[in-house]
Order: sequence, then structure tokens, then C-alpha cells
Amino acid sequence: MTAIVLPILVPFLFILAFIAIKSHRIAQALSIIGSSILLVLSLYLFFQVKDQGILTLNMGGWKAPMGITLVIDYFSALMLVVTAVIGLAITIYTLYYLPGQHQHTRFYVFFFALMMGVNGAFTTGDVFNLYVWFEVILISSFILIIIGHSKAQLEGGIKYMALNLIGSLLFLAGLGLLYGKTGTLNMAHLAEILRTDPQSTLINSSTALFFIAFGIKAAVFPLFFWLPASYHTPNITVTALFAGLLTKVGVYALIRFFTLFFVQDQSFWLSTMAVIAGLTMVIGGMAASAHYDIRRILSYHIISQIGYMIMGLAIFTPLAIAGAIFFMLHNMIAKTNTFLVAGVIHRSQGSFHLKEVGGLLKQNPLLAILFIIPAFALVGVPPLSGFFPKFMLIKAGIEAQDYLIVAAAVITAMFTLYSKIKIWNQAFLKKDPSSSQLNIRKSLWVPHLIPLIILALVSVFLGLFAATIFDYTMAAAQQLIDPSDYIHHVLNNQ
Amino acid sequence: MEILLAILVGVLYTAGTYMVLRRSILKFIIGLIFLSNATNLLVFLSAGLTAGKPAFVEDATTTSGQIADPLPQALVLTAVVIGFGLTVFALALKLKFFETTGTDDLDQLKKTDKQ
Amino acid sequence: MNSIILQLAARYIKALLMLFAVIALLRGHNHPGGGFIGGLLAALAIIYYSFAFGWQKTILNLRILPTTYISWGLGMVSLSFVPALLMQQPALKGHWVSIPLGIAGTLKLGTPLVFDIGVFMAVIGVTLLFFFTLIKNR
Repeated sequence: MTAIVLPILVPFLFILAFIAIKSHRIAQALSIIGSSILLVLSLYLFFQVKDQGILTLNMGGWKAPMGITLVIDYFSALMLVVTAVIGLAITIYTLYYLPGQHQHTRFYVFFFALMMGVNGAFTTGDVFNLYVWFEVILISSFILIIIGHSKAQLEGGIKYMALNLIGSLLFLAGLGLLYGKTGTLNMAHLAEILRTDPQSTLINSSTALFFIAFGIKAAVFPLFFWLPASYHTPNITVTALFAGLLTKVGVYALIRFFTLFFVQDQSFWLSTMAVIAGLTMVIGGMAASAHYDIRRILSYHIISQIGYMIMGLAIFTPLAIAGAIFFMLHNMIAKTNTFLVAGVIHRSQGSFHLKEVGGLLKQNPLLAILFIIPAFALVGVPPLSGFFPKFMLIKAGIEAQDYLIVAAAVITAMFTLYSKIKIWNQAFLKKDPSSSQLNIRKSLWVPHLIPLIILALVSVFLGLFAATIFDYTMAAAQQLIDPSDYIHHVLNNQ
Repeated sequence: MEILLAILVGVLYTAGTYMVLRRSILKFIIGLIFLSNATNLLVFLSAGLTAGKPAFVEDATTTSGQIADPLPQALVLTAVVIGFGLTVFALALKLKFFETTGTDDLDQLKKTDKQ
Repeated sequence: MNSIILQLAARYIKALLMLFAVIALLRGHNHPGGGFIGGLLAALAIIYYSFAFGWQKTILNLRILPTTYISWGLGMVSLSFVPALLMQQPALKGHWVSIPLGIAGTLKLGTPLVFDIGVFMAVIGVTLLFFFTLIKNR
């Protein structure tokens, strides 16, 4: 399958084009073309996976444990599709919400670099290659986060840089030790070696380093402090993009590593993860309900929702893993959407602070509906996308008799509901407090809301066709729980 | 040689951690450089040292003990390149921050954490 | 800084470093060297020149801007994907052409060389961009 390389190659070519292009009109058009191509491509790859099973490609023709292998299984394919959907929504959003037109081409260069990094991280089957893609994501996100050069952005950028750089160094150290112990960095080959290796204590040093590194990227409980310190500073488009993609790459890596080859001291790691998942959920949820800036509320929400994904991994039954994957799909879409709504609120009311906005229900009922859909999806109201993954996770938790984590999940859902109701009351129901102030009110019309509508429709779709999605996520979870198929496909290819 | 390099890695990690915990941003970045070099050395070292052996041989008749593993060198080269880019970015960010705010003190970076 | 000795030396050292960079680039497939190291050396040559003559003059004397280097470099990197994609082979698979040169041996040219030259140019561009951006802000 040569097409596997295209989700990486296509953004690369678009980066080239954006370096050459000066006109921002052409750049905008081209960016939408680019993300549409990515969407079509990822859908094509998804259906290929559905037809043919796991797809692999040995880069440069070097055979599997020697060269870099790109692998797409159900999990990767689902992530690629969601990434492409988010990418498309964000590029449409940039048409109206990115200030400073001279910044556009530069934004698109690093936007596509980020997309390339994320797609690469989702498709690669090699640990070092994953490190490289993480760095591609990191460098492009550094630049996206400080576009505009405001004081707060630079400060947030320094915090973001500091903790993430230390995270990558831990990743690299763990990778080096792992290579020293096993002599390979191919994930399938590692799985083959480590699954038959009885020496669990030796490998735990690498496991711990990887766990902390991915924990920093995924913003789990004791390591999340970079996220609320930096996510509210950049342009809302950038925040929405980060909210949808960045932390989830960390979660993806955690799920991939801990299902595929870090299975040695499993009871210890899974119980550690369960504790961390519970604390991440509850603390994120509590912090979210204490804030009044919409972006901060949503930033803490990202953290609390990460807890659910880690919870699925910690329970480690097929249903729980499927729930975690479904939750990732739903959360990436809905989270991006709420940030985009926050951007629209800022545009129409000039503030992100809940005490300074209000009356949006009367001003713009359509926007209210578009807020309700992702918000209710995140809370977990039945017909929308959030209900089924939460149900799966809680059911799996009860089946595994992890009542404590189930309780944490339910309590966190209450916190989520509380803070969504807070945004709803303050921004939509309350009277507009700033009628006397001089606020520039920009009018909104429907084209401005198209990306929101797309993402809301995807949320509804994920909810209405939950049975189909459930089948796919179950298939993904089966592939993860029993990786013999994965190992076979990678190592015996050609 | 392994022992010496291992001690060097330890010293670099210690120095790096100490510098990362300082208040000045510039010293923080110097600490990051130390840490990144220590990590590169660690990767290089943990893969095993083979002195004086070629990494590529023309005929594939030689046994594995007589050739060096080229992979750790490739990994470290890539990691060095990435570390170089990130360090330059960090320095540029620090410069920009210093120009905008006039401070190099990490304790002054409290604005984005406030309510 | 205006040092006659440095300026006199810089002209020749620049040329020598450039030559060395190209050698490092060309021998890099199976020996120490390669696109990245060659690129760094070439950028170093220009940076060394700017130490002697000042960065303003160096920028004025640059025939190719750093961003142009980067885009050409990335362009060549993507070009090296093309043959394998056209032949339905795994991406980045190397293709080699041997040209006999009589007494001088055979010249082996291949897609990895295109890739390496791309990296070479991109690294020159990136390093110079870093350098000039940081020094301009001073």
C-alpha cells in the first residue's frame, strides 16, 4: 500500500506551496483544498483497512525490523479520519477568525506541519519515528502558539516549551534504554520480544520514562500544568486545533504502547493508571468549575476528559479500550467545536470572560443550538456522541468491579454538566451586561458558523450511528488487545 | 570507556537539572541544552559502544561482532538535529520575551496562571 | 569588528569550507558526512564570512535568500519521493543509475543523492535564517 505515506506527503507538499505563495486569498483557497484532500485520503485509507485489514508500508523497501514501517490499523485509521475532519473545520474557520492577513501563509505552513506530524504519529510503527513526529508537532505548535507575539502568548509559550521539551527528553531517554535492552525499535518487533520476555523489572525503567513523557504530552494529573497556563493565550483557532489534536496524540501513544508491548508488569501499571485517571478527571473537573474565562474552563475540561481515556486503558477489557477509542473520537470533535464556539462568542461580544458576555440566546439562536450540541455531547446526553462512550466505559468499569473509578467518572460528569450550565447561563441566558459599554459588535452570519455546523453534524452522526461506530471501535480494541495480527502483518510483510 | 561516559551522562544530568531549576530563563535554557546532550549520550551509550569497527561492509560475509551498529549513530544524529532546532527556538523565544517584557526572571511569569 | 587578517582569511576559508561541505555531502551515503553535516558546514562558511565583514554586508552579498534555500531544499526532498511513487514501490525506495566514466571509475547517482542535496539546501537555509534572525534582533 503506497497510499499510506500520502497523509504525511500531502501536507508536506502543501507546506512547500505555502512557503512559495504570498497572496493570502490563494493561500486560503489552497488550505481548504489541502484539508479536503486529507479528508478524502483518510476516508479512503479507513475503507481500505475495513476491506483488507491492517495495512503496512516499509519505507525505502527496507524489511520490517530494520527499516521504518508505517502501519495503519483500525485505531490509526479512525484517528486519521477525525484528524482530517478537525483540520477541515479549522481551515474553514481561519477564513473568518484569523486576524492579520499577512500572518495567513505562515499560519498555514505550520498548520500543515502540525497535520503532517499528527498524521505521522498516528501511522508510524517505529518508536524513534514516533519521537520524530512528536518533535515535528512540538516545533510547529511552538510557532503556532506565539503567532501574534503578545506578552501573554510569549509567557504561555515559554511554559509550554519548557515542560514539553523536558517531556521529549524523557521520551528520548526511555527510547535509548529500550533500544539498549531489546536491540530494536520497531513496535511489532518489540511486542514480539517483550511479550515473551520474563524480565519485567529491567523494562520498567523504560516504561516509567515513556509513561511520564506521554503523560506530559497527554496532560494527565500531576503533569498537566503546562496546559491551563498556555492554552488560553493564543488565537482561538490555534487553541481549538491544539485542543482537538495535541493531547490526544499523547493518549494515542499511551494506548498504543501499553497495549502492544509494555505488558510486562501490567497489574502495577494499570492500577497506577487507574489512580491517575481518577485524579485527572476529578481535579480537571473541579478546576474547570472554578473559572470564569471560557477558554480556561474548556482547557481544564480537556484535562478532565483525558482522564476518561486513560480510564479506558486502565480497565483494559476490550469494551473499555473500545470505549476509550470511541471517547477519543467524540472528544476530539466536540472539544474543538466548543473552542470554536468560544471564538464566535468572542467575535460577537468582544470577550472570553463570562461576566462580560451575555444575551447570546436572543442575539443568535443558531449559535445557541451550536453550543448546546457539543456541550451536551461532552456532558453525555443520550442522542449525542458523548453518551455511548461514557456508557461503555462505565459499564466496563462495573464489569471489572472498579467501582471507585466509576464513581469518579460519574462525579466528573456532574462537574462537566455544572460548568457547561455555567457557560450556558452566563453567555446565553443572562442579559447582555455591556449595553452601556463601547463594544464593537461584529455581526455574524451563517457562513461564519459553517465549521461549527460541520463538527456539530459529526457529533450528531457519531451519536445516531453509534452502533456502527461501536463495531469499528470494538474491532480496533480487538486488534489492540490481541496484537498477534498486527505483529504478523508488520513482520511478515513482503 | 563505558564507565567514563556513564559518569559524564550522570554529571550532565545533574548539571542540567540544577540549571533547569534556576530562576533565570537563560540558565533554564542552558540547563535544557545540558539535559538534551546528556540524553543524546545516553542513547548512544545504552546501545553499546564498538570502537574502531566499520558500520558498513561491502560483502556480507563478516559476522555481527565485527561491525558497529549504525542505528544508534543515526538516532543520535537525528536527535542532535532536533535538539539544535529546539534550542535555537527556545533562545529566540527568550530573546523576544526579554524584548517585550524586559525580564529574565521565571518568577515574573505568573500572569497566565492567575484567575 | 574590522580586522584585516580575519577579512583576508575569511575569503579563502569561506571557499575552502564550501568545498569541504560539498565533499562531505557527496561522500555521506556510506561514510561520515551527508546532507545535514554538509549543510551545516556550508552555513558555517557564510557565518564565518559574516564574522569578518559584518552581517549587513553578508546579507547584501547573499545571492540566494535563506527562505529560497529552504523551499528549494524541501522541493528536492519531495522530488525524491516521485520515482518510487510512480513505480508503485514503497516510498523513498532508492533507485540508482551507474554511469561508467572510463578511467575515473563509475559514477553512481540515485534518489538518495537527491534527498541528501535537498537536506543540504534546507539546512543551509534554516541555519542562516536562525542566525540572521537572532543577530538582527540584537
